[in-house]
Amino acid sequence: MAVPVDNYLRNQFMPHMWCPGCGHGIVLGAVLRAIGRLDLPKDEVCIVSGIGCASRAPGYLDFNTVHTTHGRALAFATGIKLARPDLHVIVLTGDGDASAIGGNHLIHAARRNMGITTVMFNNSIYGMTNGQYSPMTPKGRYASTAPYGNVERNFDMCELVKAAGGNYVARATTAHARQLSNYVEHAIQTQGFAFVEAVTQCPTYFGRRNKMGTPVDMIEWFRKNSVNAAAAAKLGPEELDGKIVVGEFYRGDAPEYTQVYEEVIKRAKEAAAR
Amino acid sequence: MTSAASPEVPVLVRHEWCKGCGICIAMCPKKVLEAAPDGKATVARPEDCIKCETCEIMCPDFAIRVVGGRSKGVAEGKGDVAGARA
Repeated sequence: MAVPVDNYLRNQFMPHMWCPGCGHGIVLGAVLRAIGRLDLPKDEVCIVSGIGCASRAPGYLDFNTVHTTHGRALAFATGIKLARPDLHVIVLTGDGDASAIGGNHLIHAARRNMGITTVMFNNSIYGMTNGQYSPMTPKGRYASTAPYGNVERNFDMCELVKAAGGNYVARATTAHARQLSNYVEHAIQTQGFAFVEAVTQCPTYFGRRNKMGTPVDMIEWFRKNSVNAAAAAKLGPEELDGKIVVGEFYRGDAPEYTQVYEEVIKRAKEAAAR
Repeated sequence: MTSAASPEVPVLVRHEWCKGCGICIAMCPKKVLEAAPDGKATVARPEDCIKCETCEIMCPDFAIRVVGGRSKGVAEGKGDVAGARA
């Protein structure tokens, strides 16, 4: 029996601080529904975040929660997982937090295959600081620091995490909220590092600068410009230009770090006893 | 204030959490919801509700609840992900 989302909110701090129409609430709802379906006890879940709009999420959640420094959510989460391998450690992070300032932590958490679920809220902008472009801002898009259009190529974080060694990689948008929730559920069930990129709308900074209309228009844009992974495999790079590929991209079975480390602890204890 | 729960009103809107973004109004397949004069969502045609729970899932402010959702599978995210695995 699934647990209602209300059970996981700190109601006294609601309504949350996100702008009207911000997709972060939709992504957070998808995460909470996944936790509810898995019926995880609150005390066995630890939510860790960095800095940014998305990283404000744990403040509203009734689990063990840690709001850490910019980009360092995964570093803190790694420590928590090592100290308490029995916990479900879930990192909620933004695109700037995960791909820019915390990019190195992300690569190494994936390489080590730490048993952490990471949900990256990708709104393609630094919303909290008035809309600077991030490494996830698509080429040609406008931002307060790219008034003539962004010339940089954006990361494909799913490819990056897969290459770095993560065990589960998926992407969905706020237009695919049910699918997104399924992916988060699969990610939590994954042994090892699991990464879900949630493409979400920032109507205030990204939407306004790029003349994308209302939050509803932005969700419809996601729906129209998304391509399923199976369909995308048959398309060329030109046809996929500007599209968002959604789906589950990779499932691996590499050993999870804390399980491997358990063996190290055992060997050390045996050596000490001799 | 939350709208009163009754079998005739299957959708509850928590007005103090609603920010009037209009996502629920646009996403509802049966046009059950409308904007009140203050821009916030209000249940205009409760009899048309098919309890698909799209409004609840798409509300970014956790302001909507569908009472006794018809299809638990869909509400719980068991929707179509066919062909998504590459």
